[in-house]
Amino acid sequence: MEFASSDGPGALPTGVKILIAGGFGVGKTTMVGTVSEIAPLQTEEVITATSEGVDDLTGVAAKTTTTVAMDFGRVTLSADLVLYLFGTPGQNRFWFMWDELALGAIGAVVLADTRRLEDSFPAVDYFEHRGTSFVVAVNRFDGAWDYAPSDVRFALDLAPDVPILMCDARSLESTKNVLIALLNHTMTTHPHALH
Amino acid sequence: MPGPEESWWDVDAGPIVRPFARTGGRTRPSRDEFNLITLIIAVPTDGVPRGLEPEHLVILRMCTGAPLSVAEISARLDLPVTVTKVLLGDLLDMGAVHTRAPIALAEAPEIHLLQAVLDGIRKL
Repeated sequence: MEFASSDGPGALPTGVKILIAGGFGVGKTTMVGTVSEIAPLQTEEVITATSEGVDDLTGVAAKTTTTVAMDFGRVTLSADLVLYLFGTPGQNRFWFMWDELALGAIGAVVLADTRRLEDSFPAVDYFEHRGTSFVVAVNRFDGAWDYAPSDVRFALDLAPDVPILMCDARSLESTKNVLIALLNHTMTTHPHALH
Repeated sequence: MPGPEESWWDVDAGPIVRPFARTGGRTRPSRDEFNLITLIIAVPTDGVPRGLEPEHLVILRMCTGAPLSVAEISARLDLPVTVTKVLLGDLLDMGAVHTRAPIALAEAPEIHLLQAVLDGIRKL
């Protein structure tokens, strides 16, 4: 199937992307690596951000230049369709200023650790505000407490239609299930997500 | 005086050659059409196009035969995305690469695209 007109020779596939977001150390790069056909690569961008009321630099112009690095992987879905999975930078509070990441994305997976649910707040806020389709996937680590999905929904203040799944980011089947849930959610609720 | 094995610079000082030196100081590509997942392939050619910097040639070698995304090229060059886009803009201007528009510009019905992605994931 041909998806896009191109100024190229017609042999070029179309790229699509899904974001994997969440706090530092929650397993984003693990999930990317689980489905990627290449070892996850890292790319970076230099972002100039104007911070308001965050950094009190006592009169110094509140402009911050920061480097945002992120890992990504590649999955060839068919001869003319390549999926890229981008793990949003977890440590950096400026990652959401890289709007190019979210632009045109099919949707996002917010990975959550029930021991540190608050780490998921920025990603949930960002995707809600931006209108990006997303699902929440609770990555279960050894020793993690069990919570019912309704508890997670309440704690994250999620809308009733946002899917919540349990997952193991190390498992291909589990990660596939998360991505399938995201695709189903996007097709149901965000038919025009790509614009 | 530092000994011969001591350097006057260190890693903490950052790169000696700033990234945008590779682009002649330009921070914007000549065309605003590169997304992170825009796919790039080198146009087959017999000779080496003239007027290219070493980074241009590295990109052309990477993208010969099989397409790569802007993100992959940036990662393999170990250069920021913005710098990579400037270099790709040069190559596009001289007709050395073909590009595939990102899906935000696709004209096909999106539901078909989403269904194709879903089918592809199921088959992994």
